Formats: sequence, structure tokens, C-alpha cells
Amino acid sequence: MNKTLNRRDFIKIMNATTGVAIVASGITLTTFASVSEIPVTNKKRWGLLINTNKLTETDIDGMINACKQEQGWGTEIHSTASQKPAWIKKLKVKDKATNKVSSLALMCQHCEEPPCVDVCPTNASMKREDGIVLVDKHLCIGCRYCMMACPYDARSFVHETLNNQKEHMPRGKGTVEACTMCVHKVDKDETPACVESVNSEAVIFGNLYDESSQINRTLRVIQSSQIRADLNLNTGVRYSGI
Amino acid sequence: MSNIRFEQIEGKSLGFYTLIIGLGILILAALGSVYYVEHYGHFVTGMNNRIVWGMPHVFALFLIVAASGALNLASIYSVFNKKLYKPLSRLSGLVALSLLAGGLMVLVLDLGRIDRLIVAMTEYNFKSIFAWNIILYNGFFVVVAIYLWMMFERRMNKFSHKVGLVAFSWRLILTTGTGSIFGFLVARQAYDAVIMAPMFVIMSFSFGLASFILILMASYKWTNRPLGDIIVNRLRNLLGVFVAAVMYFVAVYHLGNLYLAENTGIENFILFDGGIYTKLFWYGQIILGGIVPIGLIYHPITKGDRSMLGLSSVLIIIGGFVQLYVIIIGGQAYPMELFPGKEVLEGYGDIAQYLVSLPEIFLGIGGIALAMIIVTFLVKFLAFLPESLEDDLADSYHKG
Ligand code: SF4
Ligand code: SF4
Repeated sequence: MNKTLNRRDFIKIMNATTGVAIVASGITLTTFASVSEIPVTNKKRWGLLINTNKLTETDIDGMINACKQEQGWGTEIHSTASQKPAWIKKLKVKDKATNKVSSLALMCQHCEEPPCVDVCPTNASMKREDGIVLVDKHLCIGCRYCMMACPYDARSFVHETLNNQKEHMPRGKGTVEACTMCVHKVDKDETPACVESVNSEAVIFGNLYDESSQINRTLRVIQSSQIRADLNLNTGVRYSGI
Repeated sequence: MSNIRFEQIEGKSLGFYTLIIGLGILILAALGSVYYVEHYGHFVTGMNNRIVWGMPHVFALFLIVAASGALNLASIYSVFNKKLYKPLSRLSGLVALSLLAGGLMVLVLDLGRIDRLIVAMTEYNFKSIFAWNIILYNGFFVVVAIYLWMMFERRMNKFSHKVGLVAFSWRLILTTGTGSIFGFLVARQAYDAVIMAPMFVIMSFSFGLASFILILMASYKWTNRPLGDIIVNRLRNLLGVFVAAVMYFVAVYHLGNLYLAENTGIENFILFDGGIYTKLFWYGQIILGGIVPIGLIYHPITKGDRSMLGLSSVLIIIGGFVQLYVIIIGGQAYPMELFPGKEVLEGYGDIAQYLVSLPEIFLGIGGIALAMIIVTFLVKFLAFLPESLEDDLADSYHKG
């Protein structure tokens, strides 16, 4: 434990300190699960493993619908197709060498080194200790720099006034949003809605660090990959089969 | 040297008031557009989740980049001690401040939550280059304002060189910072080049000087003050060098990108098959904004003609807008490489569409109008302009 403080640690500490300050001022917590039963610590790192060999297109559609239901997006009436939020997308990818076609669900990858958090001028984009990346809707000024910076096109800007929002997920015109890994459920020891919607083991959710968790055990025996692993963002969402 | 007489303009003519009213209407139109967009949401604009920065950002960046460039003439005088530029230095500082104000107005009024501006001013993420830019812009106002004060106040004159040096360094950092906004977007191939930051610096020289020349010529013409050839020719030569330098950087940037295998996709897109972006690049940026002005500036027939210099400046400004459009919008339209070595069949990967909307254009023009109205008002109330820039006078400053 006797290592010198490097830049990254320093930033982490700074972030932790500001985090405390924000919580103390009482404006942030309302955004996310109000009562957290499980402490948010950096001993955990929540992640997903998506097995494209098992995941069917129907599964992906189901995941998207479950996400819409759970978080309340997708009912926008004025926005054009490219303006509508898309917290998860269905992608079809063909390997140029083998011609194998895979379908996959693409959402915020909950990067360990998230570019969106680095560029956000107001600290609205932030990463929790347990690796979940969120936007604090009270701090977001809607500059969209995070959307420019995200390598996965994972974020959406709310282009119109919204009605009928979910209590646990306040959204707002003029701010940016993305997959929260259903943090409001995870904090109650539940599983993200998209994971629940898939019947097979095609999508596994869990603590990447916990050696007894299914996700950790599976990742240790199978070939898996991160999208754009070359960017070294160490994503929390992993894929196998592509 | 001490015989430069700065004087306010009279500002009582019909032309003056017409100008103010015209600019005022443009600013009101911009504010109306902002209200409209904020009220309904950004769905009424052409921007979307793929083209997240649109026309407002083109205008804003142009103005910000030109602002720092407009300060150059003052810097040439106070940093490099070229006395010929002394009479221009006050106006140079003023144009710089005004353009920056216009640019920031556009940038800020396009935010999704303008009402949270206070958050942007109080919550800083010091890792974010964007937050740093906010500090740099505010600092620029302060530094240039102090600089102007040193120039205006006789007993402070002796400090103006030192403050000028600070202002000059500040503007270099500011433009580098603006260029770096793109440099930090690691996954976007269009911006994946170290040369972006210096290219922005050199673009600022050219766009800033072109804007300055137009303002200078217009204000001398409209107030019937003499403006001699010596100064105009100097500015013309400088402009020629700057435009050529921009072209050089653009060439290096694109050749460099072509050479990097991972960026050939975006390069082919911009240079050859990007439809509107390719057309804008070649016809707008290169020909209209580069080759034609260079021709007008250096060709023996058009060389001595002041209206041709004005035309060159206008073309350079248009070319500058086009260049930023291609960089900002074109760079986003081309999809990011999500799966190197694989082909994305569905769900992502098409060229993003963008159709600019009127409110965006009004907002942008409002930014220009704000810059112009500030210049117009301040030259009326403060002595920014030498009453004469006649050749013999210019000559004597030069020697003195
Ligand atoms: S995927 Fe995008 S939005 Fe999600 S953490 Fe990474 S950079 Fe941020
Ligand atoms: S849009 Fe909001 S979350 Fe994204 S960078 Fe700007 S302030 Fe941060």
C-alpha cells in the first residue's frame, strides 16, 4: 500500500471529495435510487456479459422494450428517428473474414476510464465507485460534449418536453441521458431490466471483481472481448461470440 | 510617434442609426430563436443524437477563433515592436473582445439548459478541456480589457508592452485550447490529429485578420477618415501569408490522415465521396476560401485594388465558415469505427444526416451582429480609431 500518489489517484480522491460535497448539499441523490441497501464501494464493479452466440434478435428487441418500460424512454412524439433517445440499440455485425453475422445489444459500456466523464465541464457525467456511469440531471447543462466524446454513440440528448416520467428516473428536456445499468434496481440487489427480460443465459449481470459471481467465473473460462478494446477504456460491458 | 490622434466617431448620421437598428433586429431574431428552441426543445433544430453539434457551433467556433486572431495586430505592435501597427492596436483589441462576446453568446445560448449557466460557472471539472476553455475565455476578456486600458491611459502606456505580451500568450493558449476541444475526442477519426491545435492557431490568424480588415475599411469609409495605402498594403500582405499558411496546414493535415491507415475512411469521405462535405471542402474551403483570395491578393491586376481586398476578406471568412462546417459537421456525419475489421450491417454506421434549421442560423447570425454592435457602439463612445491613417502619418509612426 506504500505507493506514491499518482495523477489518477489524485483525481479519484478529488472526485470522491466533490462527491461528498454534492451529496451533502442534498441535490444529487434524488436522481438515483433513494434508499441504497448495498453500499456503493470500489470493491465492486458491476458489469454485463453478452454472449452473441446465444442472444437472438428477439432477445434484443425484448431487452430494448424492457429498458423503455423500466426507464420510460421511447414515447417521445416530436423527435425524429435520429433525435429520439436510444439507450440500447440493436446492431448487426458481419465479420469480414468469416462472414459470420452476429446481433448484439449496444448500450453505455460503463467504461472504467470514461471519456464522457473526462470531458464533462460540470461533473454532471460521473462514475460511481462501483463502476456505473451516470449523468446527474441536476448538473447537466446540455452542452453535449460527452456525446461527442463517447466512442460508442451511447448517449442521447432529450430533444423535447417529456411527460409521464418514472419516479426513479427523472429525465429532462435539454439534458443528456444513457443506460444507467438500472442503478435503481441494482442498489436494491435486483438485476437490470434488460437482463431480466432475457430467458437464456445470453446476458449475465454481476460483480466483475467477485470471484464467486457467475460473470467472473464465466469470463475466466471463455473468450470475451470489449468493443474498441484498443481505446483502453476497460469497459464494464463485455461480449463473447464476436 | 506620439502624434497619433485617436478620436471617437461622431455616430449621429442616419447610416449609423440604420446600422445599429439593423444589428439590433438581428440580435432580437437570435433571441427569438433561442426562446423558440428552448421552449419546444432541440427537436425543432436540425441537430440530433449523431450530429450533436450543429450550425450554432460552426458560428461560435468561427467567432472565437477569429477573436483571438484579431488581437494579432495589437500583438505585432506591442510584442514585436512594429510601430506601424500602433494606431491599429486599440481597434484590434476591441474587435477581439467583440468577436469573442459574439461567439460565446452563440455557444451559451445553444446549451440544452441555458438556465444552468451558473452551474457551468461554479462546477468545474478540471479534467475537462471544455471547463478550461470557459476559464480561458473569461480570462481573455479580462486580459484584453486591461491591455486596452493600458493603451488608453497615458500614464499606463509604459506597461502596455508587458500586458501585450501576456495577452498574446493568452490568445495562443486560448486558440490551442479551442482546437484541443476536438483533440480530446479520441474515437472520432476526423479529429484524431495532433495538428488540429496548431491548425486552429493559424486559422485564427487568417479569419481574425480578414474580419479586422473589413471592420477597419468599413469604419474609415463610413466616417470619411483617410486610410492610406501603406497600412492597407501591409495588411494585405499579411493576409496573403496567413491564408497560404492555412492552406499548407490543411494539406499537411489531410495528407497525414491519408497516410494513417485507420483514418483513410474519413479522409476518403471528406476528400472524395462525402457528397455535400466533399463539395464544400473543395469548392468552398479550398477554392473560394483559399485559392481565389490568394489570387486576388497577389495578382498584379487586383493587387492594388481595395475593393478586391475587401472581397478577399469576405471570401476568406466564408471559406472559414465552410472549413469549420466540414470539420464539425462532416466529422460527426462520418460514423465512428465501432468494430475494426467488421462491417456493421444494421443499427449504426450510416452517414448521419443533418439539415440545418432557421433558428440555428438566426442564432449564429445574432452572434455576428452582437460583435458588430459592440464595435459600433464602442468606437462611438471611446477613442478607438485614429482620426487619420494617412500614408505620411503611417510612415512617420513607422519610422518613429
Ligand atoms: S460508453 Fe460512452 S457514455 Fe458510457 S461510460 Fe463509456 S464513454 Fe461514457
Ligand atoms: S451534456 Fe451534460 S453530461 Fe454531457 S458533458 Fe455537457 S454537462 Fe456533462
